[in-house]
Amino acid sequence: MGPSGSGKSTLMNMIGCLDTPTNGTYEFEGELVHEMDDNQLASIRNRKIGFVFQTFNLLPKATALRNVEVPLIYANISRMERLELAKESLTAVGLGDRMHHKPSELSGGQRQRVAIARALVNSPSILLADEPTGNLDSKSGVEIMKIFDELHEKGNTIILVTHEEYIADHADRTIHLFDGKVKEDVRNGKKAEPEAVF
Amino acid sequence: MAVEAIRQNKLRSILTLLGISIGVFSVIGVMTAIRTLEVSIDSQLDIFGTNTFMVRKYPAIMVSGGHGGRNKYRERQNIDFFQFEELKRRATLPLRVSVIDGTDERNIRYKDKQLKRTAELQGSDEWGLRSRSTFILSGRNFMEDDVRFFRNVTILGQDVVDILFPFEDPIGKKIQIKGLDYTVVGITERKGQAFGQSQDNYVLIPISVYLQRFSNRWTSLGITVEAVSAAMYDETVDEVIGLMRTIRKVPPEDENDFEITSNEELADTLAGFTGGIKIFAGAVSVIALLVAGIGIMNIMLVSVSERIKEIGIRKAIGANRNDILTQFLMEAIFLSQFGGVVGVILGILGGNLVAVLLNVSSVIPFDWAFYGMAICSLVGISFGIYPAWRAANLDPIESLRYD
Repeated sequence: MGPSGSGKSTLMNMIGCLDTPTNGTYEFEGELVHEMDDNQLASIRNRKIGFVFQTFNLLPKATALRNVEVPLIYANISRMERLELAKESLTAVGLGDRMHHKPSELSGGQRQRVAIARALVNSPSILLADEPTGNLDSKSGVEIMKIFDELHEKGNTIILVTHEEYIADHADRTIHLFDGKVKEDVRNGKKAEPEAVF
Repeated sequence: MAVEAIRQNKLRSILTLLGISIGVFSVIGVMTAIRTLEVSIDSQLDIFGTNTFMVRKYPAIMVSGGHGGRNKYRERQNIDFFQFEELKRRATLPLRVSVIDGTDERNIRYKDKQLKRTAELQGSDEWGLRSRSTFILSGRNFMEDDVRFFRNVTILGQDVVDILFPFEDPIGKKIQIKGLDYTVVGITERKGQAFGQSQDNYVLIPISVYLQRFSNRWTSLGITVEAVSAAMYDETVDEVIGLMRTIRKVPPEDENDFEITSNEELADTLAGFTGGIKIFAGAVSVIALLVAGIGIMNIMLVSVSERIKEIGIRKAIGANRNDILTQFLMEAIFLSQFGGVVGVILGILGGNLVAVLLNVSSVIPFDWAFYGMAICSLVGISFGIYPAWRAANLDPIESLRYD
């Protein structure tokens, strides 16, 4: 959590391997991310990280199914398997009947669910969600958070950026950022030492 | 993916690939046209037959201009029957030496029927049919005696038979040519059309009769010489040139005052002519393809800047540089390939229009179609690589933020 300009997005970009730190180290499942080149970063994003954005960021002219399929294309998975995995993933977020709709034909909540299906389709190690409910009405927001809760219960690691207290309440651990620094680190309601981020 | 993007921007894509189409069209069109010409000329050259050449006053194809031009040839002495007989008597190497000359004649009739269009009236010896690459269908060929004794006999082409003898057998009947009776002794096989002209519209009479009745002071004969074999061809040409110079009393220091016309010479002249067209078409195509290539680069740059967000999304979910590069490059190649296919099809159709106009069989130049498509890919790659490279090197974070 944190106000705008506190460094949430920068931290997200680092964790999401979109950006590398100017100094310091980042080790992800034993791999040194800060030493990677662009293609290695792309590969780790593809295999290990799932993104959910505030503005959904779906490909507007592709169907829901196609959107979910795209990460699998970049992972060089065969067409048949791709379709199967994408359908599975869409069904898991409750969009089994909306596969051939384009984003413009879906509601905000449904779009975000497509984005979650896309993020999950490669079975990533972490799911990164940047204000996933920010562009949704509260009812859809609740639905999305319910999906996140379920995913979390199944054992997925979810990192979620928000400035809504009630969203942050869903998390096991809450890190408050301010001016690029960790202000507070709360685990299951207990405060931890601010230095130990990861 | 590439196809999707093209479909979403139909008009823009069509305009771009139009450029490519025009470029490819000009290459394929000209190549197809030339190919049809070459094919029909090759079959035309069979008129001469293999190992055959002609001795004539004028060259077969006269390129205008040059010093003297036509005058140079007009002042030459005619080739007359005496020269032909001398050549035939003295030449030892040729398989045959024969003679032919022709004029247009409308005044040919049988009973109440008359030729409406002019037929070619040809004087020839017993080798006339061979020179025309045709055969007797019924009746007989000329004999040496027909020529020697000035017999009034004739052999008819099928077009003439159609008009004068629609319902009866012409053999043995008498037709009138310029008021004189000639007995039909033979008719020839139908050869059909070449270059839009019938090959069957002729009347043959013995050369001796022909010269007596139809020659004037401009009449110059064409002598056809056939060598025994390809190996003897050059030697035969040399012998005939030597004899003709002697017979025509050409001083040793002067050039030949007659022309040797052969298949090769015709082919060479035509090759020079078609070569020029090929170079011109090539230049037009290069310019058209260059312009089209710039069009492709332009459209791809626009496409990249329109889709920065999409590129950001794709990168976030794991596309690497090569994936993005390939996507945009494929789009450029698809664009140029679509254009290329259209150009190839139009080019083949356009080129074959020539075939239809000249009434020769149409051809599909598969090799040029293939080259055309290869060139299109090359244009697509060389002008698509920079926009694709730009797309591939966009920063993922900034692209995601872009609106």
